[in-house]
Amino acid sequence: MTQQKNGNKTGFFVPEPPARPGERPDFSNIDCSAPGAVPMPAIDCAAQKTHEFAGGLIRVLDDKGHADGPWDPALNMDELVEMLRLMGLTRAYDERMFKLQRQGKMSFYMKSLGEEAVAVAAAKALDDEDMVFPSYRQQGILFARGRDMVDMMCHCISNSRDNLKGRQLPVHYTWKEGSFFSISGNLCTQFPQAVGWAMASAAKGESAIAASWIGDGTTAEGDFHSALTLASVYKAPVILNVVNNQWAISSFAGIAGGDQASFAARGIGYGLPTLRVDGNDALAVYAATKWAAKRARSGHGATLIETVTYRGESHSTSDDPGKYRPMDEWKSWPLGDPLERLKAHLIGLGAWDKKRHEKMLSEQAETVRLAYKEAESFGTLREGPLSPTASIFDDVYVEQPWHIRRQRQDLGV
Amino acid sequence: MARMTMIKAINSALDVLMEKDETVCSFGEDAGYFGGVFGCTEGLQEKYGLNRVFDAPINESAIIAMAIGMASNGLRPVAEIQFADYIFPGFDQIISELSRIRYRTAGAFTMPVTIRTPCGGGIYGGQTHSMSPEAFFTHIPGIRVVMPSNPHDAKGMLIASVECDDPVIFFEPKRLYNGPFDGDPHKPALAWSSHEKGEVPKGHYTVDINKAEIVRGGSELTILAYGTMVHVAKESARLAGVDAEVIDLRTLIPYDMQTIAKSVNKTGRCVVLHEAPRTSGFGAELIAQIQEDCFYALEAPIIRVTGWDTPYPHAHEWAYFPGQERVMRAIKQVLEN
Ligand SMILES: Cc1ncc(C[n+]2csc(CCOP(=O)(O)OP(=O)(O)O)c2C)c(N)n1
Ligand SMILES: [Mg+2]
Repeated sequence: MTQQKNGNKTGFFVPEPPARPGERPDFSNIDCSAPGAVPMPAIDCAAQKTHEFAGGLIRVLDDKGHADGPWDPALNMDELVEMLRLMGLTRAYDERMFKLQRQGKMSFYMKSLGEEAVAVAAAKALDDEDMVFPSYRQQGILFARGRDMVDMMCHCISNSRDNLKGRQLPVHYTWKEGSFFSISGNLCTQFPQAVGWAMASAAKGESAIAASWIGDGTTAEGDFHSALTLASVYKAPVILNVVNNQWAISSFAGIAGGDQASFAARGIGYGLPTLRVDGNDALAVYAATKWAAKRARSGHGATLIETVTYRGESHSTSDDPGKYRPMDEWKSWPLGDPLERLKAHLIGLGAWDKKRHEKMLSEQAETVRLAYKEAESFGTLREGPLSPTASIFDDVYVEQPWHIRRQRQDLGV
Repeated sequence: MARMTMIKAINSALDVLMEKDETVCSFGEDAGYFGGVFGCTEGLQEKYGLNRVFDAPINESAIIAMAIGMASNGLRPVAEIQFADYIFPGFDQIISELSRIRYRTAGAFTMPVTIRTPCGGGIYGGQTHSMSPEAFFTHIPGIRVVMPSNPHDAKGMLIASVECDDPVIFFEPKRLYNGPFDGDPHKPALAWSSHEKGEVPKGHYTVDINKAEIVRGGSELTILAYGTMVHVAKESARLAGVDAEVIDLRTLIPYDMQTIAKSVNKTGRCVVLHEAPRTSGFGAELIAQIQEDCFYALEAPIIRVTGWDTPYPHAHEWAYFPGQERVMRAIKQVLEN
């Protein structure tokens, strides 16, 4: 059997990322077209009309924070500041929770550093009644929809006030009141489920749509194709988002086939409209989501959106990115930092300044600190109190069948 | 000989296999360059190249199907499924294809495929990083199912599994990766360097994947266990102060009924342990077979100590895990009956 390395003619091809630890980051493959390069098609256009854009990149903000082009959503100052605030809050929350995990306050944590716009701007473009089926990296949606931070923390530290009774790994939130489905640990399962939800909404004649998010690596799963098939066949009112943050855990987007064609281009074969968006440009994410939502709500079916971004932190608290990618890779990321870009935009408009920004960040850090103090008063994973032990036997079925009741008695609770 | 972790022992087995047989290859999610999320394949890509050790896309069905295709064309693939909880997208390929190809082709095609996958709880992994799904696979004719309980057996059993011409699912109890665990989470973690079964010979050797091992001789009762529960069984027997015979099954399919029957016929009493849920768990099979084969030797009903019939909870995982207290209670009960 051949043992040749790539570049030789024998053997099969195994994609390798542009740079590994110790090598110089290389993002020459990322196309940074100017804002305005991608036109905005009509809401009811044929899906095929969007396909020429599957390789482009929808952008509104240029590198200096100036907004331009047909996708500019023309938000007012309050809306822009609100989006900046929510992204800042998400980052402050992540920062603190990650540190607290390191101090043993919770079993696990996952940050969304560098990807805050993907969740926050999309949530702002959706209606609050629209159902979301996120992955574990869209906590920004919860902030955008106004979920109580203390409740989020109580879930993460699995204490007596955890709305999931300590059953789920941290960050695997559920918030039914906020139209936020249960986050699964099993990748991609939510993608076709979102289509089913959307079909039910259509069947009932309701106007709410569904939206789901998965990562670049996750597109390899069969359920990705299930979702696209269903969405295409039934023209379901759903938005299917692929968050291409360049990395799965240690494997880069090329291992999911991302080097051969864009993830947006996956939609072409299914006849789905496809948009490829600068995921670090909150205005572009907002506009693309608005477009897809309007299209879905007016009966023209599903859209596949790829948001191009970069995972600024480790995959989770369990891995060391220094083992598989250059430590400073994020610094070279050509699409920048979503928070900094929106900040520059607001400063350019005269609606914001550095001082206000610093003040906002320190207030948010304080908000998070106080929220954690409150959350901890309801217990922590290690020290308790937790939800009652007997509760592990609840919710398996509608009522406890004899065998589970017997097991509960056996445990003496 | 050297003492090493189960991770290093697995790594050493793969190294020995790949060195010896160039048809052996290894792949899985994060299992190439990075060497696996637990490090079991570390250093192998560098040593054997990208066509023998590589990263797979995140698609467990594809990983198993790829192994089937490779095996049908002369390779001996070792596929890693990152967590046993994520094996289900590949279930169809295992059940409908892998397990039956020898049978449906009347032996024209064989499937020397090994699927390695970490299982079990005790690491606060929540419901999707804690499962012990072995029973599903024991129900399927055509695949062998094994689970080592220590580094020595892990290496020898992995070599035997890969060299076996049948498909083998090789479950790795992840709570044992870095040290033995007797079921008490409050004790400081032990390292394999402190345990005799952490002793792993260099080079090639096999541990028979048709044979159980009596890890503690005794006459009062028989305790059947595998994986993490072997250590819980031994410690519980010690704490209960009973003369228990503890059998490490090592292989679930085909299980070593000869060793089991001999022991139960001697002791007349039996407790069966597993971390997986109780109903339709592998314990049910063992007990059914024991009562068929040893009924007249039995002096008390056989008792199971298992995980509950609920998903594996996160915060309350120690209330779920069948720990020492529950095992000791079962020992007492079976002796008093
Ligand atoms: C079915 C399944 N297989 C494997 C895993 C393990 N796993 C968890 S996250 C992850 C990487 C996902 O990467 P990507 O889709 O790019 O999402 P990101 O983490 O970058 O947001 C893997 C392999 C899993 N959770 N579920
Ligand atoms: Mg990713």
